[in-house]
Amino acid sequence: HSQSFTLTIDYTGTEPSSPCNKCLNVSWDSTPPCTCTINFTLEHAFESNVFMYYGLSNFYQNHRRYVKSRDDSQLNGDNSSLLNPSKECEPYRTNEDKPIAPCGAIANSMFNDTLELYRIDNDTRTPITLIKKGIAWWTDKNVKFRNPTGDGNNLTALFQGTTKPVNWPKPVYMLDSEPDNNGFINEDFIVWMRTAALPTFRKLYRLIERKNNFQPTLQAGKYSLDIAYNYPVHSFDGRKRMILSTISWMGGKNPFLGIAYITVGSICFFLGVVLLFIHHKYGNRNTSADIPN
Amino acid sequence: MDRKLRCQDSGFWGCLAAVTEVLGCIEVTGCCVIEEERRVRANAREYNEKFQYASNCIKTSKYNIVTFLPVNLFEQFQEVANTYFLFLLILQLIPQISSLSWFTTIVPLVLVLTITAVKDATDDYFRHKSDNQVNNRQSQVLIGGVLRQEQWMNVRVGDIIKLENNQFVAADLLLLSSSEPHGLCYIETAELDGETNMKVRQAIPVTAELGDTSQLACFDGEVICEPPNNKLDKFGGTLYWKDNKYPLSNQNMLLRGCVLRNTEWCFGLVIFAGPDTKLMQNSGRTKFKRTSIDRLMNTLVLWIFGFLVCMGVILAIGNAIWEHEVGVCFQIYLPWDEGVHSAFFSGFLSFWSYIIILNTVVPISLYVSVEVIRLGHSYFINWDKKMYCAKRRTPAEARTTTLNEELGQVEYIFSDKTGTLTQNIMVFSKCSVNGHSYGDVQDMLGHKAELGERPEPVDFSFNPLADPRFQFWDPSLLEAVKLGDLHVHEFFRLLSLCHTVMSEEKSEGELLYKAQSPDEGALVTAARNFGFVFRSRTPKTITVQELGQAITYQLLAILDFNNIRKRMSVIVRSPEGKIRLYCKGADTILLERLHPLNQELTSITTDHLNEYAGEGLRTLVLAYRDLEESYYKDWSERLHRAGSVPEAREDHLARLYDEVEHDMMLLGATAIEDKLQQGVPETIAILTLANIKIWVLTGDKQETAVNIGYSCKMLTDDMTEVFVVTGHTVLEVREELRKAREKMMDASRSVCNGFSYQEKLSSNLTSVLEAIAGEYALVINGHSLAHALEADMEVEFLETACACKAVICCRVTPLQKAQVVELVKKYKKAVTLAIGDGANDVSMIKTAHIGVGISGQEGIQAVLASDYSFSQFKFLQRLLLVHGRWSYLRMCKFLCYFFYKNFAFTMVHFWFGFFCGFSAQTVYDQYFITLYNIVYTSLPVLAMGVFDQDVPEQRSMEYPKLYEPGQLNLLFNKREFFICIAQGIYTSILMFFIPYGVFADATRDDGAQLADYQSFAVTVATSLVIVVSVQIGLDTGFWTAINHFFIWGSLAAYFTILFTMHSDGLFRMFPNQFRFVGNAQNTLAQPTVWLTIALTAVVCIVPVVAFRFLKLDLKPELSDTVRYTQLVRKKQKTQHRCMRHAGRAGSRRSGYAFSHQEGFGELIMSGKNMRLSSLALSSFAPRPSASWIDTLRKKKGGEGSSAGSPSGAADKTLRV
Repeated sequence: HSQSFTLTIDYTGTEPSSPCNKCLNVSWDSTPPCTCTINFTLEHAFESNVFMYYGLSNFYQNHRRYVKSRDDSQLNGDNSSLLNPSKECEPYRTNEDKPIAPCGAIANSMFNDTLELYRIDNDTRTPITLIKKGIAWWTDKNVKFRNPTGDGNNLTALFQGTTKPVNWPKPVYMLDSEPDNNGFINEDFIVWMRTAALPTFRKLYRLIERKNNFQPTLQAGKYSLDIAYNYPVHSFDGRKRMILSTISWMGGKNPFLGIAYITVGSICFFLGVVLLFIHHKYGNRNTSADIPN
Repeated sequence: MDRKLRCQDSGFWGCLAAVTEVLGCIEVTGCCVIEEERRVRANAREYNEKFQYASNCIKTSKYNIVTFLPVNLFEQFQEVANTYFLFLLILQLIPQISSLSWFTTIVPLVLVLTITAVKDATDDYFRHKSDNQVNNRQSQVLIGGVLRQEQWMNVRVGDIIKLENNQFVAADLLLLSSSEPHGLCYIETAELDGETNMKVRQAIPVTAELGDTSQLACFDGEVICEPPNNKLDKFGGTLYWKDNKYPLSNQNMLLRGCVLRNTEWCFGLVIFAGPDTKLMQNSGRTKFKRTSIDRLMNTLVLWIFGFLVCMGVILAIGNAIWEHEVGVCFQIYLPWDEGVHSAFFSGFLSFWSYIIILNTVVPISLYVSVEVIRLGHSYFINWDKKMYCAKRRTPAEARTTTLNEELGQVEYIFSDKTGTLTQNIMVFSKCSVNGHSYGDVQDMLGHKAELGERPEPVDFSFNPLADPRFQFWDPSLLEAVKLGDLHVHEFFRLLSLCHTVMSEEKSEGELLYKAQSPDEGALVTAARNFGFVFRSRTPKTITVQELGQAITYQLLAILDFNNIRKRMSVIVRSPEGKIRLYCKGADTILLERLHPLNQELTSITTDHLNEYAGEGLRTLVLAYRDLEESYYKDWSERLHRAGSVPEAREDHLARLYDEVEHDMMLLGATAIEDKLQQGVPETIAILTLANIKIWVLTGDKQETAVNIGYSCKMLTDDMTEVFVVTGHTVLEVREELRKAREKMMDASRSVCNGFSYQEKLSSNLTSVLEAIAGEYALVINGHSLAHALEADMEVEFLETACACKAVICCRVTPLQKAQVVELVKKYKKAVTLAIGDGANDVSMIKTAHIGVGISGQEGIQAVLASDYSFSQFKFLQRLLLVHGRWSYLRMCKFLCYFFYKNFAFTMVHFWFGFFCGFSAQTVYDQYFITLYNIVYTSLPVLAMGVFDQDVPEQRSMEYPKLYEPGQLNLLFNKREFFICIAQGIYTSILMFFIPYGVFADATRDDGAQLADYQSFAVTVATSLVIVVSVQIGLDTGFWTAINHFFIWGSLAAYFTILFTMHSDGLFRMFPNQFRFVGNAQNTLAQPTVWLTIALTAVVCIVPVVAFRFLKLDLKPELSDTVRYTQLVRKKQKTQHRCMRHAGRAGSRRSGYAFSHQEGFGELIMSGKNMRLSSLALSSFAPRPSASWIDTLRKKKGGEGSSAGSPSGAADKTLRV
């Protein structure tokens, strides 16, 4: 199954017909969250493991001021940086005289929509298990990001004296219930902190594992996507997408590379023939007789 | 004023050695008034001090310990590039702007400044050393009636100093008195004007009597004279002493740089000192030489800077628009910086941020790399064994390390003659006696055989008085002498009698000839070896040892040489009482004056003369005439009468001389070889083939210069015409030049008939003259040159001269040499090279783009002023065609590649700007940016810049045409630059957009996003390093182990450093500095990344390869063809191409070989210089121990006679 399939659903809700249109002008601190549901149909079954992404467009994670607005020392669990974050984090360095953990614009703007996937089979919604661990690089999870160290494992205590990022509804030590996915080592957080190179990007959100060899991971059929719409992008014309994709040995579907290889290959071949012809016809012109003296 | 201040603070280095010496130099004051006349009073320091004349201290150094740092830094920051980087550094310290860490700039900047400063300091140290050496030479100064040893720099204007034989003259002196009678003194001016013959200077009679120090101490004459100037042959002034006025001329002056010869001592009054001396005035100013590539590079750097600003503006505008349209809305996630309230201001800041990140288009390492490459090339020159002269043990030396590539672009060579082209050794080479030619070496094959090929030289052991250094290869001449051939005897008798040579006899049988010109010396020495030994002379006699028997001839008259007569004669009475006139002179003159009986002999001799002349030998015709006693009496009476009439004396004498030198009998002809340096004709031939024009600038006489022109094949008989310009007035010179041009154009008009040249002429004089047919040569005299170099005629002169294949300027002063060079530099936009060996060439060497000094000889002034030095003219060929050509090629390739790689590197940021909100975010990791130019790409290109070669050295000598691209500046010019830039930009586009296309929606094989910023950075950086490495591989034409090592090493270094920088360990220590942790192994493990890198590399490289392939096939360069031929030849058998040797030509031209001046005949006859014989001895035996000289002197003193008797006594002594 080397074939890779991709399914993209834009749930920004700019079109009035979109179910998410009502959430378009949501703000960070709206409670309860605005939710919307988008139904879609899978034409093909997704045979192998499926990767679920969220995609953002027109979002400048590669802006210089954005990129530098973090303190890796703090994220690495350095206690002094925790309480005294780097100046690079300004203006998200402190809030009400308390150091922000994690500081900086990147952390502050962390994607916080919640996506849930249901298979609709004869009007019954079967939730699909979304695995939230294993989506970050091993080095990031184990080397680059570490929670502050101290007495005990109580994250709340370890983050004592810090405050949550301005936009966040809850502090960093409450990102997840599992201790190995909480605090700075929360994988959603880590994935977000690995900034994208281009203003249109997607980030791995969840994994859908193939359960057994007799059933495809996602059968063809009807599905619904439930969105807790928290993340405002409309003000800067951003778009949000949910992407489902399988991958092959060399990653996801990548038509550009294939087309480029075919084109370049044919050009090289053609060029080779032409040059061979030219060389055959003119190439033996340079002999010593040509040397003027 | 500037000049006067120069000495003010010199010698601080020297203070370490000797503080007192330094003090001498400081005591110079600034005088702000331009000197209009100079007043100097002898022995009056206080009086002279108020004029604040320059002291005798010279200073060529630039810094001292205190001033070094500020001055040197100031100079360095005058370099546009350095200031630019300083400016960048300041920008980077502003946090709002800083898009890169400050260390990316300061590390290279400090490195650059340090390297340059160390180099400057070393150079200056050596200048201080040489200054000190000259300034600390000792001289004897008369202070308070006592002679004191003083250093040169402590000599003041107005001091009286004593010089001894063979000493250098310390300053410009007015000769007061000397050990010789009549205040005569002899000097050699070789250091000054290149003329090696001795010159006579004479004190004015009133001072000539001041023989001892007490008298001189009381001398209080005052000299009022012209201000310091650079005219070597003119001096005007007046001596006021004891209410009398005495006019002074150049004849009374001893100039700094001269050497006192044959004079035991002399006293002189210092008129000009130190920088005011004519020598120093002639040296010209030391200018920092830059190559045309340097200038081009600076221009290009400015252009790039402009380009940089443009990019900055574009991106800043982009930023302002973006912030206005998008950024302002995006503030919910990314608020504007504090203090930034408008999109416009943000754009303004972004402009500076972009200037910082795009600064790598003007790479700071460029200048360092260029210096390193040049240094490498200089070492190649220094280490070149083929430019090492084993005889003199002097290797070639690149004294300036910044000019190498200019050596590959030379179009004009200005060469000195004496000591450069020639060895200044005259050798009696051939002769024709009574229709028989002697001197050919039997087994000589066409060209002058090397020493090894020659048979044994003739053995002169029969003659105890023979000069052992003299060599002759034709034994038949000696046989003829031994067999008693009367013609041959008479021939050598003439040579032993007809000259103005003085002889010394240090001890019995050890003769030393003091000849005024080396030619005469050679002839007299030849006669000496063949058994006709000139032993001594008195004003009235000449004693010759003829085949062992001493015979004294009575010397009746010397009909001296002058330029118009081109001959000299002596009239002698033999012991038998017969009166005979012996004459030697130029063939053109002498052959007309022969007796009609000689017709047959004349024609044979003429054939011989032509043959000799064709070989470039300097010929003389010898003839004699028997005079009747009565006729001679009558003639000599008339001569006496004419001599006593002051007016029109010269004319009368000339007429009388003319009358007696008539109906002469031809004896034969001599041929003297003005020994060329080894390989000169071959070198000139090859350089000419390489399209280099060679001009000879010499202080020597026209005849000599022309002769050398022929012997070194600059002038050939195939030439259509040799124009000689000798006019004395502006009009004459202009007319002569005009005629020359007309002739050249007439000729070409006749070649291309039907073309209206007149029209063309009016439009463009140059093009017509450059397209002329036929080969012409121009010979111009110094005085004509003075007119030709005037502002209104210089262009005319230059056009005429440049249309000629060879140009010879004779009798030129050092400054004129420089002016000629300057003229060509000014109008021709060509690279000039001056080569010379003497102090008289210094100004020319300094003026030319490249100065070459011939080292290993006595004078070192030329070498000190030069940029390159070696000991043989022939090495010039190798310096230019091999080293120069390669240097140029390497430098050009280096620059092309350098700009390419930096554009490819930097422009990626520009494209990225469009996708990151114009926020000046860099594409790469900051360490990559810091190291890219220093580590990852510097060494391979350096290796190419140092070692590359397109064809091996033998080929560049074999095909001089390969030199042409350099002259035409084809390999690196604005066009090539734009091509490189275009290639760089093309690469940068692919470098950005291919990963962009791939990454847009690619994921890793574990499903995670691929398009994160750090992975993107690593991918682009890796493909960039690979592409530029492949490109340098393509550019490298000559692979050495070092090239391999550097290229593979750089790649290895890149990956090693990449993995190190991205390692856990470093991150744990400095989490905020090494944010890319884990990136390398995560990214480079992805097949997609490698596919992207491969695709990028192929797309970047394939067009280049295809283009080069096409060029090789369709429009190959000469070097490509040569390389191809070489490949073919390797398979076949090597064929040697022989240089075509020019055949002997049969022209006839005057070859009056004398390079001496008139007046010596008179001096001999008057006996004025007769003490010379004894005194000159002291020059060879400084402690006069030879007892017979003392005897001689005593006798002379005792008898009180003026001239006759001492010589008589000498004769007696000799015969004992």
